[in-house]
Amino acid sequence: MQQPTDEYVMRVRDLNKKIKRKTIIHSISFDIRPGEIFGFLGPNGAGKTTTIRMLVGLIKPTSGHVEICGYDVQKQPEEALKYVGSIVENPEMYPYLTGWENLMHFARMQEGIDEARIREVTQLVHLGGRIHEKVSTYSLGMRQRLGIAQALLARPKVLILDEPTNGLDPKGIKEMRAFIRELAAAGLAVFVSSHLLSEIQLLCDRVAIIGGGRELAVGSVDELMGAATDMVIWDAEPKSIALRVLRSDPAITILDEEETDTLEDTAAALLNERSIVTKTPEDRIADTLNRMVSEGVSVRGIHRVAPTLERLFLEMTEGEGIE
Amino acid sequence: MKRFWAMVQNEVVKIIKKKRFYIVLLILAILVPIFSYAQMRQSLERQESYGSDWRLEVQQAITDNQNSLSSDRVPQEWKVYRQIYIQQMQYYLDHDVNPNEPGGVTFTREFINNSATLFIPLMILTIASDLVSSERTGGTIKMLLTRPVRRWKVLLSKLTALLMFVSLIVVSAYLVCYLISGVFFGYSGWSIPIFTGFVLNGSDVDLTYVQATPQWQYLLIQAGLVWFVGIVVALLAFMVSVLIRSTAASIVVMMATLISGSILVNMASSWTSAKYLFMVNLGLTDYLAGNPAPIDGMTLGFSIAVLAAWGAVSIFVSFFVFIKRDVLT
Repeated sequence: MQQPTDEYVMRVRDLNKKIKRKTIIHSISFDIRPGEIFGFLGPNGAGKTTTIRMLVGLIKPTSGHVEICGYDVQKQPEEALKYVGSIVENPEMYPYLTGWENLMHFARMQEGIDEARIREVTQLVHLGGRIHEKVSTYSLGMRQRLGIAQALLARPKVLILDEPTNGLDPKGIKEMRAFIRELAAAGLAVFVSSHLLSEIQLLCDRVAIIGGGRELAVGSVDELMGAATDMVIWDAEPKSIALRVLRSDPAITILDEEETDTLEDTAAALLNERSIVTKTPEDRIADTLNRMVSEGVSVRGIHRVAPTLERLFLEMTEGEGIE
Repeated sequence: MKRFWAMVQNEVVKIIKKKRFYIVLLILAILVPIFSYAQMRQSLERQESYGSDWRLEVQQAITDNQNSLSSDRVPQEWKVYRQIYIQQMQYYLDHDVNPNEPGGVTFTREFINNSATLFIPLMILTIASDLVSSERTGGTIKMLLTRPVRRWKVLLSKLTALLMFVSLIVVSAYLVCYLISGVFFGYSGWSIPIFTGFVLNGSDVDLTYVQATPQWQYLLIQAGLVWFVGIVVALLAFMVSVLIRSTAASIVVMMATLISGSILVNMASSWTSAKYLFMVNLGLTDYLAGNPAPIDGMTLGFSIAVLAAWGAVSIFVSFFVFIKRDVLT
């Protein structure tokens, strides 16, 4: 059972959960290494939060197990949970206590956390100024930061964050990402769940993609996301000739209207009646453009767009989509 | 062990910061003067009719009750109560002791007697009913249970804090009552003899075991019984708070049970198996005062045993459910 703790800080094996005779989590497995930012990607309702609850011992798995630094969460919770800090869903703290009192509360539950450590984490999440005010007066962003301060109190080896950028404004989201990278650079493993592909792409080293309670893939972000990044929108006139040029290249696929529904909102806003949404490999773009120009097509724009999670799912499940 | 007391401290901090205990004190501070004033008006009225001699008053009460015994319109049950009352009053009269000697101490004794089954339990609910359910409603249970502490320790720390507050509520009820009523009736009366040990055989009162207890001693025994009832009510409310997610629902369930108890006491005399329900056994202080039991076969020992059994089951269910249950929402 005892694993070399410096190789993996968290090992998850064949996690299953049945609720009322319905299996909602099917055999999920992954490992997390120190200093790594691990993404947990899936649409809402895919079983992300249920899985996270099993990771931290809130729910007992029907089968399978979770090991943290070599300790089984179910069998040795007092040892295993020492090494995890977590925010499950929203960062819910006691609203009638101040930020400081909340941190004191959780510090008292464990050995070795003194006031100096509380001050330290307060500084780390930039809450210094308002730590002695009641949590009921905090904004969502501040609650999120207080939640992280609480999770970091006991100097964990793994930090579990469930949709950490949910509800934050763009500035807050950027700050949160920078902060998570800082923590990982210091050697902490960070587990981040999200339903946004871009979020995971921007932040994570490795990712597990889940849908319908099943694990669709686990691997490095570059590897898994590469396939879905060749979406290109052609904006050209006359459209009929442009289409002919595109069809003549077997490496290019033209997506039908239904499939274009899976574009990110920002990409969808670019579309007009001339737009052709395609999958064009990067190295085919210049050549195709030359052929269009020589055929007398006036090209107004070429956009490479970020794929969405739905797009990625279509690729992975070969058109079955998300249940 | 040091960790455990730190966790009890956490629970105490939360109860105080939620201002639950202040509400209890506030209710006492408002209600006791009202009752004291009402009691004072009553004694003034008595003095007008009977003058300063309490013997006349007790004699009059005995005569009134005796007269009503011959009336056909009075139900048999009531007649038994009245016969018992007459014999007790006669005993006080024979020993030249005023059963209603006015004073802060006597008022406190009477007030606690009347509040032991409903009023004090309700105040305990203020704290007990949301101890666990509020952590679930607020979502903080997730923070609490993902710390490296066994679940039973988390629950035990809450239970310990609760029992401390039950004790504090009982003590505060006595203190507030004595201090406020003393303003109206004076602070004396500690050594007045109170007769206890009336043994009831149907409508007959066996006086062989009756002894005079100084009122301060009586109050101590009474406080012990009230405390025990409080603990059992707290344990039940605690269990309900573990089982039901909503604090409001959890309070309502317990209040409904307590109130149904005080209704049942008045009508269950012929349904004898009702004596195993916890809510008809809350009147422990009635045994002390020599009042007849609501259902045949109930004694002080019986009621204590029934309450203890309910309390033990509550503890078992609370811990079993809390440890086993998945935290889903």
